[in-house]
Amino acid sequence: MSYHVNEKGFYGKFGGAYVPEMLYPNVEELRQNYLRIIQEPDFQQELQALLKDYVGRPSPLYFAPRLSQKYNTKVYLKREDLNHTGAHKINNTIGQVLLAKRLGKKRIIAETGAGQHGVATATVCALMGLECIVYMGEIDIERQAPNVARMKMLGAQVVAAISGSKTLKDATNEAIRDWINNPEDTYYIIGSVVGPHPYPDMVARFQAVISEEIRAQLREKEGTELPTFVVACVGGGSNAAGAFYHYLDEPEVQLVAVEAAGKGVHSGESAATSILGKDGIIHGSRTLLMQTEDGQITEPYSISAGLDYPGVGPLHAHLFESGRAHFENATDEEALQAVLELTRLEGIIPALESAHALAVLERLKAKPDDIVVINLSGRGDKDLSTYLKHFHFDEK
Amino acid sequence: MKNRIKSLFAQKPKGILSVYFTAGFPNLNDTESVILELEKNGVDLLEIGMPFSDPLADGPTIQASSTVALKNGMTISKLFEQLQDIRQKTQIPLVLMGYLNPVMQYGVERFCQKAAEVGVDGIILPDLPLHQYVEEFKELFEKYNLSKVFLITPQTPEARIREIDSHSNGFIYMVSSASTTGKTVGLAEQSQVYFQRVAGMQLQHPGVIGFGIHDKGTFEAACKHASGAIIGSAFVKALQREGSLSENIKSFIESIKN
Repeated sequence: MSYHVNEKGFYGKFGGAYVPEMLYPNVEELRQNYLRIIQEPDFQQELQALLKDYVGRPSPLYFAPRLSQKYNTKVYLKREDLNHTGAHKINNTIGQVLLAKRLGKKRIIAETGAGQHGVATATVCALMGLECIVYMGEIDIERQAPNVARMKMLGAQVVAAISGSKTLKDATNEAIRDWINNPEDTYYIIGSVVGPHPYPDMVARFQAVISEEIRAQLREKEGTELPTFVVACVGGGSNAAGAFYHYLDEPEVQLVAVEAAGKGVHSGESAATSILGKDGIIHGSRTLLMQTEDGQITEPYSISAGLDYPGVGPLHAHLFESGRAHFENATDEEALQAVLELTRLEGIIPALESAHALAVLERLKAKPDDIVVINLSGRGDKDLSTYLKHFHFDEK
Repeated sequence: MKNRIKSLFAQKPKGILSVYFTAGFPNLNDTESVILELEKNGVDLLEIGMPFSDPLADGPTIQASSTVALKNGMTISKLFEQLQDIRQKTQIPLVLMGYLNPVMQYGVERFCQKAAEVGVDGIILPDLPLHQYVEEFKELFEKYNLSKVFLITPQTPEARIREIDSHSNGFIYMVSSASTTGKTVGLAEQSQVYFQRVAGMQLQHPGVIGFGIHDKGTFEAACKHASGAIIGSAFVKALQREGSLSENIKSFIESIKN
């Protein structure tokens, strides 16, 4: 079975480009050009130089001794949290902004939930001297104030999405509407492996550097490129797509995707799309999504703003349905415990999103000789106020 | 089998006034009254919006009306119930307009069957792309004698317009400019050039212009270049004025026609 996108833009039955005719020319322009541009030597040269000197790649693959001891297995952390801007998101925004420049676009738009993708987009726009507009749900603007401030500092205009539930899904709707209204000069940098083809494939390719590096680093450290498990959290699924990419066709490597269970999968406040979602169309892509019986898209919940998306990328829907990846989930509480555990055992404060991946370590039942690679997709600075409050460190 | 859309364009090749409204707005059970009042006031063709939580192609007015309609309890099943006896009361052509996901969940075949049964004539699903329609659904739509109406925009290349024309039946929905619904900046000179370009293509199907048509001036300007025009957001706004539904509809349509 193939886990890669086919020539029509599908992963199994998922994917495609279900966009209104107003977006067709833009999406088609991208579809026709993205592979050619990405493969051009001067594109690759510019991309690799920026990934190395600006982002700080390769990110370390860190053997976590105390975590390994606790779970009696070999745990490695892929340190995407050490990238410039603090998460894996910049791997993709660097790639897409270079693509936008080559397509002659002058104006960049993006959506953001927790603000990490917004910050990564504002950062590369500052670097390239491009106008940047970031759509963000009104509610997220309130709860992610530090990232809003960073985007503004970087020169981006942050526009509040005030429709619908005023979170990530609505910010995405607003960004798509902006693109409809500005079809000629504008490029839309989508932050995850979602949206119409070719976005899921393109974003996965830009994030694939994660697993490319893991292979080389494991060869050096363990004498094999293949770990027993690769574990990553999934909202839309971009860091997981990057961590899985070069292992998709290595069946002995177990891929574990961890969704946010919120207050419990069946509590009514959850973002575990693989369990709660049904086949449908969201943001131009056929995939699994959380919806009512009448096909109205519902609002997910997670303490982590980066995981509360009602859909999941079509690649992941396909990995789930085909059984290639194993889907786990972690509740808010489990993620928070994992934050504290990593902080106290290894001296690393992870992002809430990444903590969901850490939270399932116990459940893997890994053997002492197994190699577990956990993608530590982001750092926890942005979540400090949540942590302080939850762990009562803010009490005098 | 007769299709009311085809009959309409055969009888009235110019100046067709088409109006869009969101089903379930302002009140859940207004659907029938809105249809009958619009017909009474001389509207030729109706588009009934099936509300969706995430209407990507719509501006704030239609988004807000969709939110209210959903809150009121509107669903596709409910809409078909409301339309059950509509053909005993009016023969005005009816087009359902909405997004693919709710239709998928209802079941595409079941949707087509039910639409045909209650007397709907055409379907617009802006996020169902042409090739997907042709591959998966065209046979179904034809089986139930439903016109599938596609959108074209100023950015649509000529070859694609011709392809769309070849798979359409009924009419072609000409989006006036690159925009979501409800922009009221008037019709730019660029739009006029595009209208003339499309008119010059001698397509098999009549064109009806929509998006940004909001008053007598824009309606008449659009009608110069196409078979007619569609008013959506401006009408949805008019329904929110003080006064009865029938007064609001009467005064709005009069403001366009007279």
